[in-house]
Amino acid sequence: MRFAVIGQKVVPESLLKSPSPTLPISKISSIPTPQQNLSFHFNPEIQAVLQGKQLLMDDLPFSLEEIQEHYENGWLTYRNGIEFHGKTVLCQRCGNSDSSWFASFPCARCGESCIYCRRCLIMGRVSACTPLIGWRDPDADGRTNIAILSSMKLLQWTGSLSDGQREASGRVEQAVISGQELLVWAVCGAGKTEILFKGIEQALARGQRVCIATPRTDVVLELTPRLKAVFPEIPVASLYGGSEDRHNHAPLTISTTHQLFRFYHAFDTLIVDEVDAFPFSVDETLRHAVKNARKPESTVIYLTATPSRSWQRECRLGKRAYVTIPARFHRHPLPVPELIWCGNWGKQLEREKLPDNVIRWVKIRLDAGKQALVFAPKIELMKKILTRLRKLHPDIESVYAEDPDRKEKVMKMRNKEIPLLLTTTILERGVTFPDIDVAVIGAEAEIFTESALVQIAGRAGRSASHPTGDVTFFHYGRTEEMLRAKRVIEEMNREATKRCLLD
Amino acid sequence: MNLFSPKRCLICHGEIEAEISWRSIFLNRTKEEAVCRKCESMLLPIEGEKCTVCGRELDLSFCEGSLCLDCIRWEKDESWRGCLEKNISLYHYNDFMKEVIARFKFRGDYCLASVFAGKLRSVLKGIPGDYIVPIPLSAERLYERGFNQSEALIVGAGLKPVPLLARIHSEKQSKKTRRDRIHLPQVFRLESQEKLTGKNIVLVDDIYTTGSTLRHAARILKEAGADKVSSLTIAR
Ligand SMILES: [Zn+2]
Ligand SMILES: [Zn+2]
Ligand SMILES: [Zn+2]
Ligand SMILES: [Zn+2]
Repeated sequence: MRFAVIGQKVVPESLLKSPSPTLPISKISSIPTPQQNLSFHFNPEIQAVLQGKQLLMDDLPFSLEEIQEHYENGWLTYRNGIEFHGKTVLCQRCGNSDSSWFASFPCARCGESCIYCRRCLIMGRVSACTPLIGWRDPDADGRTNIAILSSMKLLQWTGSLSDGQREASGRVEQAVISGQELLVWAVCGAGKTEILFKGIEQALARGQRVCIATPRTDVVLELTPRLKAVFPEIPVASLYGGSEDRHNHAPLTISTTHQLFRFYHAFDTLIVDEVDAFPFSVDETLRHAVKNARKPESTVIYLTATPSRSWQRECRLGKRAYVTIPARFHRHPLPVPELIWCGNWGKQLEREKLPDNVIRWVKIRLDAGKQALVFAPKIELMKKILTRLRKLHPDIESVYAEDPDRKEKVMKMRNKEIPLLLTTTILERGVTFPDIDVAVIGAEAEIFTESALVQIAGRAGRSASHPTGDVTFFHYGRTEEMLRAKRVIEEMNREATKRCLLD
Repeated sequence: MNLFSPKRCLICHGEIEAEISWRSIFLNRTKEEAVCRKCESMLLPIEGEKCTVCGRELDLSFCEGSLCLDCIRWEKDESWRGCLEKNISLYHYNDFMKEVIARFKFRGDYCLASVFAGKLRSVLKGIPGDYIVPIPLSAERLYERGFNQSEALIVGAGLKPVPLLARIHSEKQSKKTRRDRIHLPQVFRLESQEKLTGKNIVLVDDIYTTGSTLRHAARILKEAGADKVSSLTIAR
């Protein structure tokens, strides 16, 4: 679209009463925001659709005249979809600034060659002439009636917290009250969902909007009924690719990290789960989404079992507020990985062989009837390992991310119909089996980062009835990542002992 | 573009393997690869025996001689006979192609036109044509999409689109039956005063569905004196 700057406002070309020079919106360096007219009767339907969002004109079932009228009265904002900073181009919606994700086209809307972002195209094209439209609440904003909410008992939960959880829960509550950032560094199996309940209750009682963002859709689907159950009075919106809750302005939102792109200054408390997980850690743009989705004054809680090295450093230096839950809910220490050299296993594999100590490890588990999860760095290697191991037991299976039988195999493993499951690193998160030993073959491979190895080790000893398990990294040369993973796990156990969180 | 940044597949954004550039050196290929091998393998060219009018792959139970049943029906009708000289469609409209075209046309991913540029250009050069004409969009539809996909395909192939036609009615055809579409009054009008007598014209569109859009366009061009009107679509 083309706009003209007239006094303290911009006007779309098609609504101009007399001819004025116009520009594609991205060429207007600062778009004025008219003063808010508090006596203006805004359309509550527009508010319902737009509040806390950043949407395109095409997403709005209202006339341009009505949208412009809300803008002129200060109830609606226009922002540039694409921004130019010298030579770099930035998509304001998804934060993309990687030139390989931009293209341009002769645009019928602005009549110029128009750059567009291909990264977030699926949500509707943002190009250099696209305004992002947002809602502007008056300062004492349209919060739910605080008096009513705070007089109600919102949290209906009778479970109990471990000592480690209780401390973290308190810190989360504090962060919500004081509007700060907090990193919750909780070991695999610590139970991190429950520690959020009190903090969420505090936020809701203050009439705040709360969002939990997590990278995976299955976690959204699992969390939604859980939170609806503990906050029965609160409407909960559940957002993931293909969900129907799109325009739902609920006090509590559970969303995939990806869906955060639709939000703008929406949340007073934003909880970001698995900060380190794919795709968040790889995807700079998702950081941008978090920045956009939170209100300027807001609380952000990051949850992770494996913070990045730079975050770990910031924690140590006191530059980042954090709290750890170094022990599992069942009060047993984390299994510490054993690092075992197994020679050039790749070469042996070419002759359909595996190192003796690896074979011995597998045999011991098979003989004892103890289930095992064995990680390999690549699918092709995994298939070769499978051929070799099946000579030991025909029921051994392998599974990888795109495996069409993935669900079925995981189920069979749960039912103990599979003695040993081979897998690629993709299964490292989320999937838990109660009583297993864990091994990595080829732990020196590049994909086995510190965080991946900590996650892998975290698969063992998960249940209270079987709180122990062996973790073995077979390698052809120790890597820094392996040593760090081991050190981090040992540190957590030490801290847990010191804080009396272990039995 | 950064010298070291890898070339990326326009469809899946995966890296295009260096191997391919080696292959192109050995085979002395100068063509720039726009898509990776995996995506390329999913674009299925229309091959084998084709209907001599519409270019579809002939299915023995749905044809008579070298014409498919659809074309036989069109050719039986006096007002449509011989309107469209010949259509060539490059690829099968399989699920993959549906996705690519939907992203191109409805999501507005303009640069996907380049996926077809090479093949489109070489095929267009083999069809005798004085003008390459895009199927027009209505003004509202053009604004909505931001560009005309037929025009984008022609420009992408490095050729010059000649806008001889304009829309009269809106494009909202999809809910109408084939019968409605065939008997619809004029959809296009001549936009240009250009003398068409004796000219050969090639129409370009993204998909050949029933052939009625292309035939409507062809008929008006024939009525204006064009000698032959052929067409080219990406998929059918
Ligand atoms: Zn974008
Ligand atoms: Zn534009
Ligand atoms: Zn590709
Ligand atoms: Zn035919």
